[in-house]
Amino acid sequence: MKKVYPDARAALEGVLKDDMTIMAGGFGLCGIPDVLIEAIRDSGVKGLTIISNNAGIDGAGLGLLLETRQVRKMISSYVGENKLFAQQYLAGELEIEFNPQGTLAERIRAGGAGIPAFYTKTGYGTLIGEGKETRQFNGENYIMETGLFADLSVIHAWKGDTEGNLVYRKTARNFNPMMATAAKVTVAQVETIVEPGTIDPDHIITAGIFVKRMIHAPGAQKRIEQRTTRPRLAA
Amino acid sequence: MAWTRDQMAKRAAQELRDGFYVNLGIGIPTLVSNYIPAGMNVQLQSENGMLGMGPFPYEGEEDPDLINAGKQTITELPTTSYFSSSDSFAMIRGGHIDLSILGAMQVAENGDLANWMIPGKMVKGMGGAMDLVAGVKKVVVVMEHSAKAKDGTVEPKLLNRCKLPLTGAAVVDMVITDLGVFAIDKHAGSGMTLIEIADGVTEEQIRAQTEADFKVALDGSRKAA
Repeated sequence: MKKVYPDARAALEGVLKDDMTIMAGGFGLCGIPDVLIEAIRDSGVKGLTIISNNAGIDGAGLGLLLETRQVRKMISSYVGENKLFAQQYLAGELEIEFNPQGTLAERIRAGGAGIPAFYTKTGYGTLIGEGKETRQFNGENYIMETGLFADLSVIHAWKGDTEGNLVYRKTARNFNPMMATAAKVTVAQVETIVEPGTIDPDHIITAGIFVKRMIHAPGAQKRIEQRTTRPRLAA
Repeated sequence: MAWTRDQMAKRAAQELRDGFYVNLGIGIPTLVSNYIPAGMNVQLQSENGMLGMGPFPYEGEEDPDLINAGKQTITELPTTSYFSSSDSFAMIRGGHIDLSILGAMQVAENGDLANWMIPGKMVKGMGGAMDLVAGVKKVVVVMEHSAKAKDGTVEPKLLNRCKLPLTGAAVVDMVITDLGVFAIDKHAGSGMTLIEIADGVTEEQIRAQTEADFKVALDGSRKAA
């Protein structure tokens, strides 16, 4: 079975349907599967539940799917950079389930690892804990959170071999490795695809078993949200 | 004279210790990195998946794959390591981070913290703040002492009870404002104590801008910033 598909449209063929749940990797605009998101937009699939730390920004990343109103619900930790998001949410057109960032990461990790639920201190005594099962361990209060598993995960990796073994680069790793494990089908867009044996097996972060389909996306647009620099000291 | 943002950051830096792993929030807390004492080994954690955060890059050297939790371009250090979001929060939730310095909208005298939403108005989300205050060993809030509304009215931010939805219940150990420093014994539940006053500020001025009840135990040996 060949995992490498010629383009994003081909790699998503047969897996997209209305009202499905999709995980999308990335933190802000760093390490997002932008080519696959564009293909999801172009497919016209709608009523989506999207699990992603952020919702992109206006006109980029998942912001593209908000513009076309293909998203019914977001499960995220932070949406502060997206005006369209706030507007659709406050108008009641978009549902959001806020998850603390670490709880979101662990729910995805647990879902991918076959763990249906776990206990965490995070959110105890807040709105996030309301209606959730609580339990004491060693005198401390915890709430129960459930694992997440999606119909489809779309992720971004820096390098991969044709077996689907993946390596990420710097902070573009973020949510991508957990999401790779937590869906029926994981599609990866990869900047460089090499033959098996090229990547040192000790350096592989995501094992190929988790990746069903991949595309070569060398020209991924990497946008910077907050360009911050320091002045060069005079020599 | 109340403390400036930089003086507040400098005061917060006094909470650093050699060998600490520290998470700094967005805003004034970010400035704390400018005041790490020379010779002290402090590693900064960025919850999007990095330990050993370096300074902002020189112009032209920005890397879109290398950002901090505020989505700002940064650099790496010889001590840097990268990891996934779940490993990052294993460090945070698992109690491996020594100190979290973050901003707040409201803090209550029992250590309750609110900084993630204003119902019906603002929907940014909590990001990693709920995990940080639940898991990090020591939590220090740095914020303006009170909020000035557009109509000029002054709203206290140090309250008997938070009015906004909580980020964490009984989680704050210390609050540094432009007027002074408060310690909170969140475990014993014995309330808030004013331990330092900014130069030129009086206790009466602080009382006038504070709703929370607090004791006073000024320690002369601790020199203010």
